[in-house]
Amino acid sequence: MSAVSIEKESIMQKRQDVEKTAAAHPVASVVTLSTTGTIASNPSKAGFAWAATSRRFFEWVLPPVIGLCIFTAIWAVVSARSPGLPGPLLTWHSAVELFKDPFYINNPNDMGIGWNILNSLKRVGLGFAMAAVVGIPAGFLIGRYAFMSNMAAPIISLLKPVSPLAWLPIGLMVFKAADPAAIWVIFITAVWPMIINTAVGVSKVPQDYLNVARVLNLSEWKVFSKILFPYVMPYMMTGVRLSIGTAWLVIVAAEMLTGGVGIGFWVWDEWNNLNVEHIIIAIFIVGIVGLLLEQALMLIARQFSYE
Amino acid sequence: MEKILQDRYVLIENVDMTFNTKKGSFQALKEISLNIREGEFISIIGHSGCGKSTVLNLIAGLLTPTAGHLFCAGREIAQPGPERAVVFQNHSLLPWLTCLENVYLAVERVFANTENKQQLTARSHAALELVGLSHAADKRPHEISGGMKQRVGIARALAMEPKVLLLDEPFGALDALTRAGLQDELMSIMKQSGCTAVMVTHDVDEAVLLSDRIVMMTNGPAATIGEILAVDLARPRKRLELVEDPAYTHLRSEVLKFLYERHAKKAA
Repeated sequence: MSAVSIEKESIMQKRQDVEKTAAAHPVASVVTLSTTGTIASNPSKAGFAWAATSRRFFEWVLPPVIGLCIFTAIWAVVSARSPGLPGPLLTWHSAVELFKDPFYINNPNDMGIGWNILNSLKRVGLGFAMAAVVGIPAGFLIGRYAFMSNMAAPIISLLKPVSPLAWLPIGLMVFKAADPAAIWVIFITAVWPMIINTAVGVSKVPQDYLNVARVLNLSEWKVFSKILFPYVMPYMMTGVRLSIGTAWLVIVAAEMLTGGVGIGFWVWDEWNNLNVEHIIIAIFIVGIVGLLLEQALMLIARQFSYE
Repeated sequence: MEKILQDRYVLIENVDMTFNTKKGSFQALKEISLNIREGEFISIIGHSGCGKSTVLNLIAGLLTPTAGHLFCAGREIAQPGPERAVVFQNHSLLPWLTCLENVYLAVERVFANTENKQQLTARSHAALELVGLSHAADKRPHEISGGMKQRVGIARALAMEPKVLLLDEPFGALDALTRAGLQDELMSIMKQSGCTAVMVTHDVDEAVLLSDRIVMMTNGPAATIGEILAVDLARPRKRLELVEDPAYTHLRSEVLKFLYERHAKKAA
């Protein structure tokens, strides 16, 4: 008798645990809902739900947490042994201090971290938008017409492997200002993946669809709007995603060279001040913003998927 | 003149077709000649690779013959046109459009000059209703079954009110039961619309059931028309009654003999 009641108690305990985790985990709640009614008669089902929840925890939550812990531990050990490199704790305090007032303006060369990030984003946004305006139509033309493709092929294969930063002096010379030159570098960075991915997408449109277009005798505009554009959209979004990634990589380097207000300039400035904590914080900021940009674009890309 | 046009509604004259491939030129068709009467249902049957689909694509205008001429209603076929609608083997519906929008795209092209949006939409709905798919009008192709997709393909073709309906193995990818259902549906649709049809198939029963004449092709390369078999079974034809009909059995065995005795193809 007592054994039974103990078992019952442990089931109740498990059930509470499951419900607790279910509240935090909406996917698991489906499993729990369907089993709660039969728990008393079939305790193994409750065990199953609990196992599913815990498995999800071990698969998806635990590994990244462990990874981050190991990373921080190594960082702490290395920094403890090398003078000059700040450890995680010191960097954290510095970051808290830094983000207390992200939008101050002392003078044009001393602005809050928020302004620096926004300025970099503005440059990336502008260069990126111009690259889309030029690159996507160019990609459509190159993909649709063999003549255009053959014409553009040597130019693209010649210029694509060149580091975008090599274009900075040209930008400085033509625009005679640092800001447009940085935007120009972003444009060059972003334009190649957009052209190439769009063109590849257009050239991959199945012959079947084009035959439909021919049999229906569709106008060139209808072929574009009803067949090419929807088909190419996912390819285009891949190009857009690739280019926002590299554009964000390149902006740091470009701003180090041009100066002004921006995250790249800020890194260089802090290096001159020998404020290493801030450099490490900047690395995290660049990483996190890059991640957010890419995730946002993936979210947009999913909106355009027709599957 | 009118009578001649009716007898030679689709006219194929000494057509040769040679493809230029990477391995050199390949002659697919040699001296194909065929008259198709207005309102006639023709099946083209033959082993795979014999160029059946090439004949269809020539009539559609998707290919241009290397030699010879093709005419439709007295005019030379130079390019695809809405008076020759094609039902593709793999349905070829645009996956980002709903069934209705797929049909509308075809309707719009043919009737936009004479009708307003409302009439065009009504036309598209009517075409879907004809194939019994009114309930799926707002569904995307990936949400419906293979048989339904093929029906939308047929609706799209019929909505253009074509003079000639070209069917490229329309039921090839479907299971036997679905196929039988669609064949019956196609028969009643063809009776209603009265348009001329050319169908490519490799299914002997399908050919005998649907056709007025069966064009049997020899094996490629340089395939040509081997024999033409007239199917003089009374319409409307009923699948179950035909199975018992000696005339049907005879026609069926004629086609089988052609394919497996006189022009047998070694298993590749």
